[in-house]
Parts: sequence; C-alpha cells; structure tokens
Amino acid sequence: MDFELMLKVYPFFLEAAWLTILLSVLTAILGLTCGALGAAARLSRFRTLRFIGAAYVSVIRGTPALIQLFILYFGGPQIGIQLDAFEAGVIGLGVNAGAYMTETIRGAIITIDKGQGEAARTLGLSQWQAMYKVILPQSARLMIRPLGVNINALIKATALVAAISVVELTYTAQRYIGSTYKPFEMFLLAGILYMIIIYVAGRGIAWLDRKAQIT
Amino acid sequence: MTDTSDFVRIEHAQKSFGKLEVLKDISLTVERGQIVAIIGPSGSGKSTLLRAINDLDALTGGEIWLDGVQVNKTLPHRQYEKHINEMRQQIGMVFQHFNLFPHLTVRENVTMAPMLLKDLSKAEANKLAEEQLDHVGMLERIEYYPSQLSGGQKQRVAIARALAMKPKLMLFDEATSALDPELVDEVNQVMKKLAEDHMTMIIVTHEMDFAAAVCDRVLFMDQGVVVEEGPPEVVFKNPVKDRTREFLRKHIEGAK
Ligand SMILES: Nc1ncnc2c1ncn2[C@@H]1O[C@H](COP(=O)(O)OP(=O)(O)OP(=O)(O)O)[C@@H](O)[C@H]1O
Ligand SMILES: [Mg+2]
Repeated sequence: MDFELMLKVYPFFLEAAWLTILLSVLTAILGLTCGALGAAARLSRFRTLRFIGAAYVSVIRGTPALIQLFILYFGGPQIGIQLDAFEAGVIGLGVNAGAYMTETIRGAIITIDKGQGEAARTLGLSQWQAMYKVILPQSARLMIRPLGVNINALIKATALVAAISVVELTYTAQRYIGSTYKPFEMFLLAGILYMIIIYVAGRGIAWLDRKAQIT
Repeated sequence: MTDTSDFVRIEHAQKSFGKLEVLKDISLTVERGQIVAIIGPSGSGKSTLLRAINDLDALTGGEIWLDGVQVNKTLPHRQYEKHINEMRQQIGMVFQHFNLFPHLTVRENVTMAPMLLKDLSKAEANKLAEEQLDHVGMLERIEYYPSQLSGGQKQRVAIARALAMKPKLMLFDEATSALDPELVDEVNQVMKKLAEDHMTMIIVTHEMDFAAAVCDRVLFMDQGVVVEEGPPEVVFKNPVKDRTREFLRKHIEGAK
C-alpha cells in the first residue's frame, strides 16, 4: 500500500470532504423541512393533502435516488429547470431524504398515546395547541434517534452526486484514480473520511438524544 | 331563582361506529349539583356516552346540552372548533389511564390549560394550581414528574388539572379501574369531596358501593340503551328489570 501517495493527495481529499459536509448539512436541512411538511400533509384533515403526502413518500421511496438525481440534473433543462450540479445534488438528495423523514416524523407523532391528545382537547386546547404543547414535545424525543438513522443514510447518499460531477469525496477519489491508478488507496482514503464524518454526526445525534431525555 | 333543572340534557343520543350501533336513542337529564352513576357490562356504551358529552366521540344523532347551550351544534368547521373548545373548558374529564402529560411536572400539568386558555399570568396560574393540588392532597408533589407518582397520585393530579379550568360538569370514566385496590380509596375520597362541594358529576364506574354511597341517581346501561334508572336504593336493592338484577348478581359474585 502506497502511504506516501495517500499523504500526498490527502489535502485535496480533505477539501472534498468539506464539500461532502456542506452537501450533507444542506441536504439534512432541506430533508427535515420536507419531512416536517410531508408529515403535516400526511396527518392533515384534508384528503387532498394526505394524498399528496402519501404520493410524495411512495414515489420517492419507490425509485432509486440516482434516477431522481439524473431526472433533475439531466432531464430538468428539458422542462425548464436549469440547475448546476451542486444545486441539483442538494435539492435531489434533500427531497429524497425528506420522504424518509416524513415517515420518521409521522411515526413519532402517531406513536404518542391517543389519550394525550384527548386529554389536551378535553381541557379545551385547540388541535394546534394540543399538537404544539402536548404531542410534539413528546414525539420530538422519540424522533431524534430514527432521524439520526435518516441522516446517516443521507450522508452516505451524498456519494451519489459524484455521478453528476459534484467534486465531493467520491468524485475526487475517482479523479485521483485516473491519474494514479491506485483505486485501493484512493477509495480507502475516501472511506476513512466518510467514516469520520459519520462518526461525528452520530455522536452529535447521540448527544442531542441524551439531552432531550433528561429535560 | 335560578333554574336548576336540566343542567345537562341528552336528547335521543345515537352513535354508530360503522355498522355497529353503540348508543340507541339515549335521553338523560342531570340537574345542577347532581351526581349520576352509569353502570353496565363491558361494551354497553358507557364510555361512548360519556365521550359524546364533550364531543370526543361525535354523536351520529341527537343533541347534548349544557347549561342552556347546545354542545354538539352544527356549525362550519372553524366556528365549531372555537365553540367546542369553549364548551370543553366547562366540562372536566377524568380518564381511566390518567393521561397526565409525562413531559411536564405536576405543576405544569395543572397550569398549562389555564395559562393558554384563560390568559392567567404565571403567578396566577401557579396560585390556582397550588390551590387545586392542595384540594386533592398533592401539593407536596408539585415539582414531581408523573412518572414519579403512584397511580392514585396520578389520578388525583388529573382531577386537579381538570378542576383548574373551573368546569361546570365533571365526567369520570372508570377513574379507579386501573388502580391497585389499596389506591382506590384515596381517589374515591377526592371524588366524595367534590360531591360535598356540589360539583355536577357523571361517573362511569364498576364500583357499586361507591356509586351507592355518593350518587343521587344510577343508570344501568346495556347494549346501547338505558335499561333502568333511579335512586341507588332502588336500582341496587330492588331493581325492576331482570337484566339489571342479573348484571348486579353477576357483578357482585364476580367481585367476591
Ligand atoms: N372508536 C371505536 N371504533 C369502533 N368501535 C368502537 C369504538 N369505540 C368503542 N367502540 C365499540 O363500541 C361499543 C361500546 O364501547 P364503550 O367503550 O362505550 O363500552 P363501555 O361500556 O365503556 O365498556 P367498558 O366497560 O369495557 O369500558 C363496544 O362494542 C366497542 O367495541
Ligand atoms: Mg368504558
């Protein structure tokens, strides 16, 4: 194994890792937003909204993320959506993650005992007050861990945007293989950096989870 | 003179879950300050009737009136929400499984609704909570979380939480059924105290002795109809209907 080469290219990989982190953070933010809206739609009083929420989840979860990215990036211009690779990556992955998060958030909400909402409504709280004061604070604690699983998956899914030439970790590894002919070292280096990112994110989520259980 | 009759009026209440008809044309009135017990076998519709009174389960037919106002009147959705939230503030409900809010302390459980709905300041709400908790003997546990309380204590807090809204009517759905036998009495004592304060109450219960001791009237329900109603002396000692007699016989044997 060529350690010398790995040390030499390491700074370039580090730079690419920052882009992977940025991509992950933006995707997570967009994913959580879509997830919250999706869950609200799926739990809505209105049938149309429930249908839209359910359709969103089944279409996104029923197709490969890579195809979704390709449709957005390569197919988009054909229907007037012009995005650069990074934008298409964030939007594609964010909307994708949102579908999984919709189900996570909805799951955490419907798990709360029916009696909680009933007790709140019985006191005279509105539906929104019951949700905001009674249900959500309880389900928020329940959703941190499973959302952490979604975030873990989403970080790994950022590797897909290499296929639309975003210069993140995986793409960088591929590029250096072209000039060094050392795929083992290059992919190993990328893998190590992914592991560090995922480890740190996992610790952050575990910390949040602990903090939420105490208060 | 205030009109004390027909404080609560249920007219031709009918409720179906799909094809299952759970309440079949039930009519009932409760006077101000009266305490009515509802007894009957499992599945007879007692909870459904109680839950219809504050519209947790909407009736499919019939009317509910409280103090001259129709609870389940027909209104466009938004207006109905506003109306029902106001009505529910006047109707306290106590559940078999307490349904305390586990993420809030005892104090917060009691202060939340008055602060949100009655615009009480924090200080006012705290004072109110302390009064109500004192009334049910739970003042020392005011900073506890529900998970740190026994079942009987939880139920007393749940009663205080309902009372903090100053309801006109209290509904109890088997408030002591989930409790260990040795904890039943502390909750019954609180309910007796409410009775002495002339709170209007409708109590679904399996405890015939308690019903006989505190209630002005007993209703025996079976299969969605009121089979028999009257003062406890009559319903418990000399029931007219065979079904009532049979239920009481089974129930008392079952308890032994
Ligand atoms: N949400 C619901 N959907 C469908 N059926 C229901 C629902 N709630 C109650 N039922 C049915 O209605 C009937 C009456 O139920 P209810 O809970 O009112 O009985 P109950 O007299 O309170 O019985 P218990 O003594 O066991 O509490 C039962 O057959 C029950 O299965
Ligand atoms: Mg019941």
